[in-house]
Amino acid sequence: MLARAGHASLDELFAPIPAALRLARALKVPEARSEQEVFEHLAALAARNEHAQAGPWFLGAGSYAHYLPSAVDALVSRAEFTTSYTPYQPEISQGTLQAIFEWQTLVCALTGLEVANASMYDGASATAEAALMAMRVTRRRKVAVAAGLHPHYRQVLETYLDGLDAAVVTLPLAADGRSPVPAAALDPEVACCIVQQPSFFGTVEDLRAAAEAAHAHGALLVVSVAEALSLALLEAPGALGADIVCGEAQSFGVPMSFGGPHLGFLAARTAHVRQLPGRLAGQTVDAEGRRGFVLTLSTREQHIRRERATSNICTNQGLCLLMATIYLALLGRRGLRELAELNLAKAEYAKARVRATAGLSLPFSAPTFNELVIGLSEPAERALDRARAAGVVAGLDLAPHAPALGPAVLFCATELASRASIDRALGLLAGAST
Amino acid sequence: MSRNAAPGIGYEEPLLFERSRPGRRGAEIPASDVPPADVAKLLGPLARTDLPGLPEVSEVDVVRHFTRLSTWNAAVDLGLYPLGSCTMKYNPKLNERVARLPGFAAAHPFSPAERVQGLLALFFALEQLLAEISGMDRVTLQPAAGAQGELAGIMMIRAYHEARGEKRKRVLVPDSAHGTNPASAALNGYEVVSVASGADGILHPDAVAAAMDEQVAALMITNPNTLGLFERHIAELSEIVHAKGGLVYGDGANLNALLGIARPGDMGIDVMHMNLHKTFSTPHGGGGPGSGPVAVKELLAPHLPVPVVVRRSDGAFAWSDDLPGTIGRLHGQHGNVGMLVRAYTYILSLGAEGLRRCSEMAVLNANYLLARLGDVFHVPYPGTVMHECVLSDRSFGDSGVTTMDVAKRLIDHGYHPPTIYFPLIVPGALMIEPTESESLEGLDRFAEALLEIAAEAKSDPDTVRSAPHRTRLRRLDETLAARKPVLRWQPDEPSR
Repeated sequence: MLARAGHASLDELFAPIPAALRLARALKVPEARSEQEVFEHLAALAARNEHAQAGPWFLGAGSYAHYLPSAVDALVSRAEFTTSYTPYQPEISQGTLQAIFEWQTLVCALTGLEVANASMYDGASATAEAALMAMRVTRRRKVAVAAGLHPHYRQVLETYLDGLDAAVVTLPLAADGRSPVPAAALDPEVACCIVQQPSFFGTVEDLRAAAEAAHAHGALLVVSVAEALSLALLEAPGALGADIVCGEAQSFGVPMSFGGPHLGFLAARTAHVRQLPGRLAGQTVDAEGRRGFVLTLSTREQHIRRERATSNICTNQGLCLLMATIYLALLGRRGLRELAELNLAKAEYAKARVRATAGLSLPFSAPTFNELVIGLSEPAERALDRARAAGVVAGLDLAPHAPALGPAVLFCATELASRASIDRALGLLAGAST
Repeated sequence: MSRNAAPGIGYEEPLLFERSRPGRRGAEIPASDVPPADVAKLLGPLARTDLPGLPEVSEVDVVRHFTRLSTWNAAVDLGLYPLGSCTMKYNPKLNERVARLPGFAAAHPFSPAERVQGLLALFFALEQLLAEISGMDRVTLQPAAGAQGELAGIMMIRAYHEARGEKRKRVLVPDSAHGTNPASAALNGYEVVSVASGADGILHPDAVAAAMDEQVAALMITNPNTLGLFERHIAELSEIVHAKGGLVYGDGANLNALLGIARPGDMGIDVMHMNLHKTFSTPHGGGGPGSGPVAVKELLAPHLPVPVVVRRSDGAFAWSDDLPGTIGRLHGQHGNVGMLVRAYTYILSLGAEGLRRCSEMAVLNANYLLARLGDVFHVPYPGTVMHECVLSDRSFGDSGVTTMDVAKRLIDHGYHPPTIYFPLIVPGALMIEPTESESLEGLDRFAEALLEIAAEAKSDPDTVRSAPHRTRLRRLDETLAARKPVLRWQPDEPSR
């Protein structure tokens, strides 16, 4: 091979690299190990991590523990999906393209909007990209953010806006735990209001009122969803006036994986499709008139438009999109609804138990889905440590995220939570030691 | 026709929504052990009543649907996938198994650091390995893909200049660069200035010197570049940029050529991203998830995204937000962690020698293909290439056969086409990256397919121009898709 390539040695192949730039030593990387040795090393690292399959789990806050149907992993493990590239050559990528088209259709159905892209990195960057899109559509540079937006989404939004001469203002938290959009807090400079549904505190927002307030000032309403399962139970944001719906679809069959890879999504109205970031699959026909799918409207994208693209996104979260499409197909019209109702029922049961438990309280009165804030009578860190000592992960300590609340945890009850485990977790939070 | 593709039975498959039949379902929900929730009472008008847009299909429907769809894809596990600058190498199965261990896959990002020490230890070790491989000082694992890594790098460059009281306005990008480079710089508010490559396909010091001044924040450079050529003036280019106070951004998309051979950090690069889904074998997944860690020299370390992993004096690992110059948080949590687990597994499996061997074989394979094809196909920039080579359709003259036709005809031979019409500076480019995963026989078969197509372009151009002929669907009408966008299924769309 070397001779055919016109070289006498492997070293000579690298002659274009000036000698002074060549590495004169071996990399300080451990020597190669067998598959068994590497597996054992990684298994030992994995064994040192707390995880949701080891015991009762009530921690959500943007990454949700749901049951993963067996068919999801079996199907996404097919190498034809796993080891293919972005479908730039449609004739040999129809599997990926049709799945993207199906995902776009499902996202439109769940959000009540007309066009959805083929995924963003995660809920946080999807929210930041939604704000940038709203700024392009309205040609304005101010973003109003609800207090109930996930604190990490808020931080990522600020990172993305830094350097762009944009302003971020915060809408206050109401006593019932919601973040209403007061028309008086807006002005004609505001490009969009970003409201999370349900909020970081689990409360269900009044999106119709938020949309009216935003639209009265010519601003867009961006609804960010961190727990996508809620879309099966709550009115579609698009039907209530939201202009962009974005967020995190990890709940649809994607493992939590320590926060990633997750599945950002973004949907909008057809009128704004030219300002949409990310990839789109569209329907077309082949040379014989048969239906097929291609990536389309790519003049918005970086590989065509370069510095004038709507976003720099290229590789996105393709395989996670496939997981979610399979998950939604399995659960389907009735299963997804029943699952969402079961989540609601578990959280409502927890609420009723909190009301009946001395030492615990419900600081917020607004309706919730599967997550709620529970007030404690001691520092949350202590209560959560006690629960962990008994093998229960009983929620998120809100002290770093919302110190004004006093001692409190964010408690998430999904279909994985049994009645007995809810009783036990709440008992531990209230002071019991087992 | 070369013996790679074979005839076989393929299946048609409608959309999920067209398979839907009332009452079917693919999953049962467990019986409830708590009182049912009164949705109307609890949520009133906030609730929706139904999900008519979701399909009703059984589990076997779903399994057949997606299994059939999968058979319509080309994939690395089926054969050579020579997409230039995409590094479609083999993805070892161990990586997949390890990433699914519950201690990784079911871990939660809000678990306290002391409860996820295995993950933090992996982060810390992977950061050190990537720093050593790239020749840099510090690494962030947060960026979810190469383009988000570029954005992080550009933001750190901005933060660096602003910390010195400077507001620079421009970023230099060679005309051979990936589209993400100018898009990332523009996304962070920079004006992009394109710098022309020389007649030999690489960037020359005089071109950069002419564009460089105190208003330029950075030069973004890909090395080897998208022609597969090593930018041999890189050290001098870096000096020119540094002399005017600018920084050098390295796009690591083509790092697969350099493992253990040379390090960007030793060439004057100040900040670079690496694509774990290219160089470090995490699967591409039909368009992600990827992972784009960013490595920096010490001068940019104060501006890394937070949180960062630190090792405490007692040896335990912790998160730290204590970085006053940080650009902030870039990812909702800690990045595409499942990809980090896979890449770490890959590096440990290969070791120092194995990594070097990857690059040696990747470069040998690219040069071998170039030697086999260069007499027949036009080679716009002759010479020794690194991990990929670029051909063009100029050799087809007035036959009417274009790069697009060659690409589509390759499909009939059972190959995914190379990257086409990129880089933009080569009209009709065919950019071929075989990677180290291919054997000599595999490369020969691929070369023979391309040579056969070149001969066919002369003897029977119409067959080439109307390819593909052996696929389930013939050539697809991309113009129609863009002119009349149909971006979702609707019940009233006429079915075809």
